[in-house]
Amino acid sequence: MSGRKTMENNSTFKLREKFHQAKWDEPIIFELHTPGEKGVLVPEVEQEIQEAVGDGISAIPENMRRKSNPALPEVSQMRVLKHFLRLSQHTLGADFNIDIGQGTCTMKYSPKINETFVRSPKAAAIHPCQDQDTVQGALEIIYKLDSFLQEISGMDKFTFQPGGGAAAILVMVSIIQKYQELRGEGQERDEIITTIFSHPSDAAVAAVKGYKVITLYPDDLGLPDIEALKKAVSEKTAGLLITNPEDTGIFNSKIQEFTKIVHDAGGLCGYDQANANGLLGITRAKEADFDMCFFNLHKSFSSPHGCGGPATGALGVCESLIDYMPIPLVDFDGNKYSLNHNLSHSIGKVRGFYGVFPAVLRAYAWVMSMGAEGLKEVAEVAVLNNNYVMKKIQELKGAAISYPKTQGRIEQVRYTWEKLTEDTGVSTEDITNRMVDFGFHLWSSHHPWVVPQPFTIEPTESYSKAELDEYLAGLEKTVREAYEDPDKVKNAPYQSVSHKIDHHPLDDPEKWAVTWRAYLKKQKKGE
Amino acid sequence: MGSHMAGLSEEAEKGGVNRALNRKKLGFLINPIAGMGGRVGLKGTDGREVLEKAIALGAQPWARERALEALKPLLRLKDEIELVTYPSPMGENVALNIGFSPKVIQADLREATTEKDTKRAAKAMLDEKVDLLLFAGGDGTARDICSAVGTSLVSLGIPAGVKIHSGVFASHPVRAGELAALFLQRSIQRTMEAEVMDVDEEELRREIVSARLYGYLKIPHVERFLQRTKTGSTGNEKYNQEAIAAEVVADMSDEFYYLVGPGTTTSAIMQKLGLDHSLLGVDLVWRNNLLGKDLNEEQILEKIIGKPTKLILTPIGGQGFLLGRGNQQISPEVINQIGKGNIIVVATKQKIHSLNSRPLLVDTGEDSLDKNLAGYYRITTGYREAIIYKVNSL
Repeated sequence: MSGRKTMENNSTFKLREKFHQAKWDEPIIFELHTPGEKGVLVPEVEQEIQEAVGDGISAIPENMRRKSNPALPEVSQMRVLKHFLRLSQHTLGADFNIDIGQGTCTMKYSPKINETFVRSPKAAAIHPCQDQDTVQGALEIIYKLDSFLQEISGMDKFTFQPGGGAAAILVMVSIIQKYQELRGEGQERDEIITTIFSHPSDAAVAAVKGYKVITLYPDDLGLPDIEALKKAVSEKTAGLLITNPEDTGIFNSKIQEFTKIVHDAGGLCGYDQANANGLLGITRAKEADFDMCFFNLHKSFSSPHGCGGPATGALGVCESLIDYMPIPLVDFDGNKYSLNHNLSHSIGKVRGFYGVFPAVLRAYAWVMSMGAEGLKEVAEVAVLNNNYVMKKIQELKGAAISYPKTQGRIEQVRYTWEKLTEDTGVSTEDITNRMVDFGFHLWSSHHPWVVPQPFTIEPTESYSKAELDEYLAGLEKTVREAYEDPDKVKNAPYQSVSHKIDHHPLDDPEKWAVTWRAYLKKQKKGE
Repeated sequence: MGSHMAGLSEEAEKGGVNRALNRKKLGFLINPIAGMGGRVGLKGTDGREVLEKAIALGAQPWARERALEALKPLLRLKDEIELVTYPSPMGENVALNIGFSPKVIQADLREATTEKDTKRAAKAMLDEKVDLLLFAGGDGTARDICSAVGTSLVSLGIPAGVKIHSGVFASHPVRAGELAALFLQRSIQRTMEAEVMDVDEEELRREIVSARLYGYLKIPHVERFLQRTKTGSTGNEKYNQEAIAAEVVADMSDEFYYLVGPGTTTSAIMQKLGLDHSLLGVDLVWRNNLLGKDLNEEQILEKIIGKPTKLILTPIGGQGFLLGRGNQQISPEVINQIGKGNIIVVATKQKIHSLNSRPLLVDTGEDSLDKNLAGYYRITTGYREAIIYKVNSL
């Protein structure tokens, strides 16, 4: 059993030193284009249908018809299948690796049984345009998950329409905007306050909605500086968007003072709970006096992410803001579930219908399987796992937690390799590149790097001690190499899909090619 | 098949020639006397008398040790770069010692080198078209290089002097070597302008700190402040400055005079206004007209007394001084005239993050004023973007 180690408490694992990721040298699908090749042969249209529908195109208004066919690649079914399977092997997905190195973005385990529910025709074959009487079961699930989340957060109504965390923030900011407009202060109140360690979408969405963004920096303890907040608020303040615990993993126990300062200044408070793993059943948005909060069902509630969607940012508001929510909401009169489109101040819609139903269904199944006590245990285990990993990482040479004056972290920790970089010249980026060689993903951290040479780890409750130890063994080996043979780490990765990638083009719009057409155009220009 | 192979080898051959032609040139300079004063308790080593005093006190040259440390990470590129240097103590000895085969520019040096040698050497590096000038020294050395070549060369300082107030130095000699290697290998491609600051040593020895901003050197953009992220990039500092300028100019009112302090960020505001201005001095603007350029304290007071005035400041130097370094024309009297509430602070995100969470500082020379100026400020960091940041007195 080479490479197999036994740790204390019989935690058994193997650091995969001979891991090698598949590399298929796969072309872009457009390069596989073979004129005339078809994936599916569509049967001839029957006479009867043809007579009823005509050519199927002339019914479309003239101005909505394409002049020419879309330039899609023509590829046969088998080649398409191979192409995408090969690409899927280039990733380090959540079901492949011990995915704890994604702090703030860690995906916990999505029980596979939930997929059978989602794929059942009862869920997969329903359509949002169906008569409400025929989808009572789906509406019931939405309504019940809403009531669970009300219990968990203390808010009074939830919507599942937002397709992700940023969309939920968009709803929060839209509600803030509409609320201030109706108070007659929409023009004057043009500032949103957030913190540097809150999720970057908070600032980004506020900017998208036209707000000035005022960002608070941390104090010595790593908490957002409350004195800075006092300086920030004014008659221009529309609202506060804040994460707690922030990306440092430090819980802001003064959070109620924060919401009070903002309320006193006339603003609303939105709680970014994208990540609630460490808080389920422990603290609630209501008791901290937030007006709104959101959970990511694809994070804290075990629904998978789906590569940037479809996901769900479940947004809840307090009683006084229900009227502002996106439509429709699901109501229940004790007898029948119905869609309520009748909200007097509704901000409208951020997505079609009532959101991504499969994500709601998975989350519902997960909550039902856990029960109230189970959800609390999730938080406790997430915190325990995190503090175990934190203790082990602090024992690594050259690694430290940020803001060491504050002890204790909730569900994740922002660490720093500052000392290791000073000692060896090996940077956090080099370490992330080396970890790939063992089949691990390690993410540095959100920009800007207020903590030097950062990395962020969020173990969640999903992983066993053996798996945490395996990941730690990868870190330990990398640190040892950094001190003994720094070039080995600096030149990594050796066993990944690609070697080093030049990131400079990311800053240069001239080099961007997000479509095949743009790529061809820019390539031609560059010749 | 045959022709394809032939094509390949031709390609490879061409690649080889190109590689030789594209061999990167590293300029390497040492100010051999830099840092000698510090070890024996002097505040610097500017001027012959001080140097003699330092030697008499037993000072040993340490710039060469620091320079040697910096060259170590570059050794692995020995065959890929051409090292160009100046004779004997100004680079040649150290380069040979560690194993480079440097190209040495011919020059007559006396036993004790002076600032003139540094300047001449920097100019020679420009003629040699080096890709990067790596120099070991302190603020005085940076000043000499700045006056000789300014921003026409990309340069980087190995910290080896007594005074390191300028932002052109790496945090550590090894880091300087690593940054140089990354730049020569094109892992870092972008450059940024960093301040060259120096304090008057005579005054420093009398416990008076009077730092001046002497100009800017172009340095490799330090990656730490520009890391790739999943949230997108901040872009470069220049875009950030333009965004700040757009925000400040949009907020300008006809009611106020605007006193614009030194720095590249404040300079971007003047450029946005389309006005002539001084990069290192203090300018006065009213209703989009330049009322005075590079004003001294007396001229400032003369023009602003009795006029509602706003003061636009950006932190200067690596330590984050808002007042008291490089802008002493903005004296306590000028500040009292303007009032704390009329101070507008602007700073790029890169600058703020380079502070590593340390507060900004004021040191006007008047303790009571400094204490009064301390507190939280709203700092404009972009277009419709601001942060709340702490300012401390010393």
